Amino acid sequence: MTSTTPEKRLTTSAMIASFADPGQRTTSAPFGHALNRLAEQRPEVVGLSADLAKYTDMHVFRDAHPDRFFQMGMAEQSLLGTAAGMAEVGLVPFASTYSVFATRRAYDFLCLDIAEPGLNVNVVGALPGLTTGYGPSHQATEDLAILRGCPGLTVVDPCDSVDIEQAVPALADHPGPTYLRLLRGAVPTVLDEYDYRFELGKAAELRTGRDVVLISTGLMTMRALQAAARLEADHVDVAVLHVPTIKPLDTEAVLRAARTDRLVVTLENHTVVGGLAEAVASTLAFAGATTRVVPIALPDEFLAAGALPTLHDRYGLSTDAVVARVRGELGGGTAPRWVPEPAPATA
Amino acid sequence: MTSLTTPSTPTAPTAPGAAPGTGDRAERVERIRRAAHRIRRNALDMGEVQGQGYIGQALGVADVLATVYTDQLRFRPEDPHWPGRDRFLLSIGHYAIALYAALAEAGTIPLEELETYGSDGSRLPMSAMASYTPGVEISGGSLGHGLPVATGMALALRHQGNGARVLDLLSDGELDEGSTWEAALACAHHGLDNVTAIVDVNALQADGPTAGVLRTEPVTDKWRAFGWHALRVDGNDVGALVDAFDELRGHRGSPSVLVCDTRIGRGVPLLESREKAHFMRVEEHEWQIARDQLEEGLAR
Repeated sequence: MTSTTPEKRLTTSAMIASFADPGQRTTSAPFGHALNRLAEQRPEVVGLSADLAKYTDMHVFRDAHPDRFFQMGMAEQSLLGTAAGMAEVGLVPFASTYSVFATRRAYDFLCLDIAEPGLNVNVVGALPGLTTGYGPSHQATEDLAILRGCPGLTVVDPCDSVDIEQAVPALADHPGPTYLRLLRGAVPTVLDEYDYRFELGKAAELRTGRDVVLISTGLMTMRALQAAARLEADHVDVAVLHVPTIKPLDTEAVLRAARTDRLVVTLENHTVVGGLAEAVASTLAFAGATTRVVPIALPDEFLAAGALPTLHDRYGLSTDAVVARVRGELGGGTAPRWVPEPAPATA
Repeated sequence: MTSLTTPSTPTAPTAPGAAPGTGDRAERVERIRRAAHRIRRNALDMGEVQGQGYIGQALGVADVLATVYTDQLRFRPEDPHWPGRDRFLLSIGHYAIALYAALAEAGTIPLEELETYGSDGSRLPMSAMASYTPGVEISGGSLGHGLPVATGMALALRHQGNGARVLDLLSDGELDEGSTWEAALACAHHGLDNVTAIVDVNALQADGPTAGVLRTEPVTDKWRAFGWHALRVDGNDVGALVDAFDELRGHRGSPSVLVCDTRIGRGVPLLESREKAHFMRVEEHEWQIARDQLEEGLAR
């Protein structure tokens, strides 16, 4: 044994570690509290979970409305089929589990029992994209790719607690099926500093800029705003278009933003395959626009386990990585590109 | 094709206000037997439209459907969305031919419409879909969906104080699907005594006899082990079906399941003995023979 102190490594920590920056303003369990407020106005709202109430903020609703919460056990096919049956009889269910289970494991039930009949079932998936360091079993890096292909399904990727609080009643009001990428626990509170309201199906320009437009969804909007502020210090004028509804996509807003000579960058907490980047790119191509799109997204690979800040750096989602990528693109290839850490060792 | 057979006046003892499963037992059995006969004739006529299909299953399950629709289910043929109705879910979408035959017998869809079965623009697709057909509660096709959806309907009906029941017809092949057992756990856990599962055990699935594809026996023991009140009857014995459904309807505290042993092609000896019975091909000249054999069976 050597007596030298080993370098302190970040630990994976809990499966559900918060992605909030140190000292960042957060709100506790915004989904659970929003569902409680909604439930007080709408008696037909019920909640279900598949042995993950505590980890999807559904416990807040369960504790406030025990007679309106239904525990389905670790059985995701049954969870979604049951939610469909409830909606058939007139209830408005919110069914929560992890995104990986709602999509990979129970997709046939989401597709055929919920989406095909067009039922008002709201599927709530936690740990979307890279929001856990637990490894590929829990990292829903392709949930948007799976679900964008599902006809009639509304897909929402909120940025922060403000988005979640405003999205919950909007999802219940929407007559058809929805999927919400849940941010849970201590969720950053960001958008209250902007003149912003969540509107289902609408993108929102959070800031204007002449040099670059960042088209972002989910928690990457938070990173986009941070990156824009940093780039402003370098006299780079960056616009941010927040796209909380992935489907149906606000194609008018996307085309307005991207028909430009600015650098167009998409940002998403999702694989580069089948998510926002490709949705924006196809929107442009289908409209005959030839704008180049720079995708900031997770790579098309199974991701490593580890601590979230390490992984966000490694895979290019951290604010540092976003700033470096934009600078690199603006520098026309002469500026240093963001170099991710080498791939981690695997067993 | 041969003209579709006319039912006697749709006999719904289950018309609004009438209590299901009441009346003289012998009369009930005879009424159901005659309804089952018409359902079989309807199914043969529909089968002839396509020349092939799940005809064997339809003939096999006709007695079960006749018991459900003419004796047990509370529904309004003219108002398929009546909130107080008992829900009958066809988890096995490929049995659509049997369900349409029963819905025509029940008066929910017009008898003449059966001849459009599986044709372009028809409300009666080969696989049952709720959005197409009045009286069809869920869309089938992918197996193992009925019981999870039944679980949700039953939880919601109970939550709303609605006394309607939920019946789910599944097949023994469908017991291969894990989701069926997820929902079986859920129904028992939540004490859903408003759920009745009906398992059509014809011992045959797509790749061959169930015993060789993936063994599901002992079926009744499995349901009991999952916390269900389970009975097993000859699913082609109308008297036994009536007694079993009556018993299950009165059961409280846990979900019920009726395991029904049925014979593929029942009522038509020509088809009962057919080897390729899962998706059956029937030659043009055989349809009339089949109908004649069915008539002879009723006369016996």
